[in-house]
Amino acid sequence: MSLPSPQFNQLGTLQHFLTLDGLDKATLTAIMDAAENFTSVGDRMIKNVPLLRGKTVANLFFENSTRTRTAFELAAKRLSADLLNVDLVTSSTNKGESLLDTLRVLESLQCDMFIVRHGESGAADFIARHVKPTINVVNGGDGQASHPTQGMLDMFTIRQHKGDFEKLCVVIIGDIRHSRVARSGIAALNTLGAGEIRVVGPRTLMPTDVESMGVSWYSDLEKALHGADVVMGLRLQTERMSGITIPSSREFFATYGLTKERLALAKPDAIVMHPGPTNRGVEISAEVADGPQSVILDQVTNGVAIRMAVMSIVMGNAEPLREAAANGVLEDTPSNKKTNSTPSEKAGSPHV
Amino acid sequence: MQQQLAPLCEADPGIVMIGIKTGGVLVGAALHEALGLATPLGELNISFYRDDFSTVGLHPVVGPSQLTTPIDGKHIVLVDDVLSTGRTVRAAMNEIFDYGRPSRITLAVLVQRDGHELPIRADVFGESMNLDESAHVQLTANPWFIEIGERA
Repeated sequence: MSLPSPQFNQLGTLQHFLTLDGLDKATLTAIMDAAENFTSVGDRMIKNVPLLRGKTVANLFFENSTRTRTAFELAAKRLSADLLNVDLVTSSTNKGESLLDTLRVLESLQCDMFIVRHGESGAADFIARHVKPTINVVNGGDGQASHPTQGMLDMFTIRQHKGDFEKLCVVIIGDIRHSRVARSGIAALNTLGAGEIRVVGPRTLMPTDVESMGVSWYSDLEKALHGADVVMGLRLQTERMSGITIPSSREFFATYGLTKERLALAKPDAIVMHPGPTNRGVEISAEVADGPQSVILDQVTNGVAIRMAVMSIVMGNAEPLREAAANGVLEDTPSNKKTNSTPSEKAGSPHV
Repeated sequence: MQQQLAPLCEADPGIVMIGIKTGGVLVGAALHEALGLATPLGELNISFYRDDFSTVGLHPVVGPSQLTTPIDGKHIVLVDDVLSTGRTVRAAMNEIFDYGRPSRITLAVLVQRDGHELPIRADVFGESMNLDESAHVQLTANPWFIEIGERA
């Protein structure tokens, strides 16, 4: 991964939204500020604004998703964009079409933005390097690497309830190793200057580089919860686990499940978050998930506003490039030229 | 402006005043207080309705719109600091119509200057100015001050 980040275009603005790594505090704050304005749109009788009227957004979901896909879909629609849901789990990619061929087809359909969800880490990055320079790519979650819009909606929810990040103690519980949500969240929390980030779980569910992530690792949940302002649960990603990482989900709940009794160890006004879908009785008790400290449904609502913000920021940044391309004065990027001759990588193996 | 607006407000106690962020909210707040209106002052952020997205992208955000009073069938006084091209007012009217269908909109601006690009004129204005095309008019509050400078 020594290639420079493709997130920024030749104008130096954010063209794609692939990862929160390398984005500064000002950028993250600007996204949250924009989202704050978009939240009021959802409260109105007419819930859309004309900002992206005439733009076409394609949801490219190579992996199943309901929550993220519908949030992106709703965000695009509230911005008055046209949305194309391409079900790639059961499409011509299964007939052997390469990922790049699929991209060329969608480019020819004059899409302006691709939302990419893929089971392989690095897929969105790969796609961003190979699309035309006028197209925006937004990462809707790639493998275990990154889920930047989820990270941002989590930060936005924390800011809404807690304000200043510097004073906060954030506890993230569970399967950090397989969680792109945790990676994006930790990256953003560090950039925003969170006071303390604790990750809790068995060593088998921690990434090998956990110490270098700017967090402190706890194996004891009760110790970790003391003084917490924000408690974040994560779903056990059994589909990404290979070999034995935990004894059983029942045992996991006994040791690491977030119960009312354990939550009482955190600050009385601590908030409880979970990216969903929640496995009640595995990571979190129903009592806590539905309790007064839970902001899980706020996260869902905020997910739409954050995606409206991200989509309109990157789409706006690419407008000068679209105009230049329309006038025939935009040069193809080197990476784009190169790919035209080697459209051989298969979907599902992005090789970045 | 207060004198011109007072008869309208007396004739219709349900009148709703809406300021366009950010300058129009300052002017609107002063007028709202002077006229003693019963309904709260609405605030409109027109960033998402501007017609220049394709040239400049998303504008810096200035806080969400706040329109708590239902506006269906209401007389609205739309307030801004400076009316020039008319594009801001067009965007504001588009946004207002996404909240409801007012019976009437009266446009009140502190400064009406030349440079109109749309058939939009103020019904009520404090000052009228003919300025060089490159001039930029900006309002500051506390103390109230109209600055005329070169456009950046």
